This record gives sequence, structure tokens and C-alpha cells, in this order.
Amino acid sequence: MSLLAVTRRDLRLARRRQVESLLPLGFFVVAAGLFPIGVGPEPQTLRQIGAGVVWVCALLAAMLSVTQMFASDYQDGSLEQMLLAPGSLAEIVIAKVFAHWLTTGLPLVVATPLLGLLFGMAAPAIGMLALTLLLGTPILSLLGAFGAALTLGLRSGAALVFLIVLPLTVPALIFGTGAVGAVDGGQSAQAQLSLLAALLIITFLGAPWATAAALRISLE
Amino acid sequence: MNAATLTWATYAAPSRFYTLAGRLIPWCWAVTAEFCLAGLWVGFAIAPTDFQQGEAYRIIFIHVPAAWLSMLIYLVMAFWAAWGWMLNARMASMYARALAPTGVLFTFLALWTGALWGKPTWGAWWVWDARLTSEFILLLLYLGYIALTEAIDDPRRAANAGALLALVGAVNVPVIYFSVRWWNTLHQGATISLTTAPKMASTMLTAMLLMTIGFWAYSFAVVFARARAIVLEQESEAEWVRTLATGAEKS
Repeated sequence: MSLLAVTRRDLRLARRRQVESLLPLGFFVVAAGLFPIGVGPEPQTLRQIGAGVVWVCALLAAMLSVTQMFASDYQDGSLEQMLLAPGSLAEIVIAKVFAHWLTTGLPLVVATPLLGLLFGMAAPAIGMLALTLLLGTPILSLLGAFGAALTLGLRSGAALVFLIVLPLTVPALIFGTGAVGAVDGGQSAQAQLSLLAALLIITFLGAPWATAAALRISLE
Repeated sequence: MNAATLTWATYAAPSRFYTLAGRLIPWCWAVTAEFCLAGLWVGFAIAPTDFQQGEAYRIIFIHVPAAWLSMLIYLVMAFWAAWGWMLNARMASMYARALAPTGVLFTFLALWTGALWGKPTWGAWWVWDARLTSEFILLLLYLGYIALTEAIDDPRRAANAGALLALVGAVNVPVIYFSVRWWNTLHQGATISLTTAPKMASTMLTAMLLMTIGFWAYSFAVVFARARAIVLEQESEAEWVRTLATGAEKS
């Protein structure tokens, strides 16, 4: 099974359930939109918390959708066929993660400038926020796939993913919001961006294999 | 059985571990009591008052050993979990599961005593300082491990999935630690420094080491006890557990 075929299949499945695959985006906008109402409309406060709120909401939205990555394939048995298929299971995981990112991660990045405006952020900060999320959301999809594979088929799987994966995403959150903070303070965000990119590379090199191992454990 | 076959691997069998641990537990408790009492006495009665922090500093005799053990236990837990996963050694997996609650206890103790120390010294119960934050994330990693292993009914899958999570967590601990440190220095500047402690008097160091040994012995005692309970639970179908249970009823 080639990499692209798996991605194309997942994308086609997502297109047939359009509303379902747009749910994380809806959650993202609603959750981030609640903060100004809860915190109060002072522009200064909103501008300060904007980047952090958007990032945290993106984390939660990503965790909300990752359990679906393997669930339907697990139920109809096609996941077992993927395990038996010749070739590396990690490659299939990469293909599925890529499809997940295209359907849920990328819409978040696209919607980010809008939320930045809601929080009254300056244009350079909004651009940096979108850029960090562009680098960061693949990390979330990769780590989320690991959590989803570990909790496959469990009764409380969806809640467990939050507890298991969110602590692992802390570095991405720190560097992502740190880059926006640096731009806001008139400094260069080079250091944080490099670290975030390094984190993406390391996660990409490690997480698919861990996810493949987790799938084998879960389907044993 | 001759002496040559009686190696350390002998105790990898759950039944033998059960008897050996049962014999060791009272000794562990004795060492715990002895060293903790000695450490507390040296720490609270003999060690001099710190001229900067006054009496408040004395909490380090509990705080520092607890923080050390919280990190050490995570590594030991990940090691035994990985051992059990790779070599299919059930006793190692059970031991890893028995370690986790003790790790949570020490992590929580480190955070709690840190808060008690921070209030009079820094003026705040909690500061989002690099060390506090990474210790907090360590607590979350422990809780994730416990939640995952408890959520899976099949003991084998629970052990292996837990091992994988513990390993990923162990790889992540340095990443988290350094990211948090850089985040702190980038954002906050040097408002609070943990390096202001004066050179430590030798009695202080003695008290701290005594407490560390005491805590260590305590960990062995409770982890052995918990591992014995897990052995009984998972081996409830085995012959030796049945004879143990029925034999105990008769006598």
C-alpha cells in the first residue's frame, strides 16, 4: 500500500463526512471566542493573552479529533489488514497523520488570522502566530496519533488522550507562543522558530515508529 | 536446586518474588524509621538556622529528597516497564506499575513542600518557574501512565502500552526540562534565582542524605508491598496463590 493511496483514501472518507471533519475547527473558534467574554474586553489584556489562548485552543482541538484517526478503521477491521500488509506500518501512520493534518490542522492555521484580529493582535504578531501554528499543528497530529494508538478501543479513550498527550506537547506550546511574544516585543523570533522546527523534525522521526509500536500492542 | 541456578533471575518468578519481598519489607520499614528519625533530628535540632531564610529553610530536608526520588523513580519505572516489554518479563512489568503511585506521592510532596517554602521566602505559593513547571509536568506524566494502565483491562496490553508511554515520557523529560528553562529565561528575566542558597553547612548535608536514604527505604517497602498485591491479583489463577489462600484459611 503506497503512502499516497492511504492519504487519498482518508481524505475521501473525510470529504464524505464534511461536517464531522470540520468539528475541530468549530470547537477551535468557539473555545477561543469564549475567552474575551470570560476575561473581559480590555484590548491590552486580550492582546497579551491572544497567542497563548489560540495555541491552547489549537492543542485541545487537535486532541479532540485524533481519536477518530484509527477508530473507524479499527471498527471495520481495515486497521488489522494494514498491520498485516507488507511494508512499514510507520509509513501508513505517516500517511494517516498527513491526512489528519490536512483535514483538521490546516483549517486551524487558516482560521488563525481571524482569531488574531478578534484579540486585537498586531499584524506581524498575527503572521508569526499563523507561522508557528503551521509548524506546530503537524507536531500535534503526530503526538496525537501516538495517544490515539495507545488508547485504541478503550472505553475512556477520548479523555485519556488529553491526559497522555497534552504534557508531551508542552515544548511546542512554549516555543510557539514564545515566538509570537518575541515579535510582539520587537525582537527576532529566529531562535524559537528554529527550535520549533527542530521539534517538528524530531517528532516526525520518532512519533510514527512509536505509533506503529503502539498499534501493534493495542491489536495484539 | 543447586546454588549455581539460584541467580538474580530466580526472583523474576512471581511466586519467589512474593516470598522474598515479604521477608524484606519489615527490614525496609526498620531502615525507613531509623534513617528518617535520625535525619529529622539532625535537620531540626542540630543543623544551624540559616541566616538568610531563617527556620523556613528546614523544609529542604523533606523537599530535596522527595524531588530527587520523584525523578529517579520515573526513570526506574520506565526502565522496568521497558524491560518487561522487551523481554516479556511479567514481574518487571508488575514492578513498574507498583512504582508509579510512589512516584506520584514524591512528586506531589516535592511540589507541596516547595509551595510551603515559597510562601515565606518568595511571597507566593506558586511561581511558574522552570523547575516548578517541569516538576508539575512530571506529575502529569505519572498520572497519564497510571490512567492508561488502569484503563486497559488486559494486563499484558496494559503493561506494554504503559511501557511505551513511559519510554516516550522519559525521552521527553529532558526536552521538557530545557524548553521550560529557555521559556523562563526568555520571558521572565531573572526575578527569582534558585542559586542564591549559601554554602551548605555539613550538618545540613548530613540531614539531607539521611532523609534520602530513609525515603529510599520507604519506597522499597511500599513498592514491594504494592507489587505483592499486584502479583496476587494477576496470578490469582495460579496454583501457588490458591494454596496460599486456602492454607491461610485452614490455619
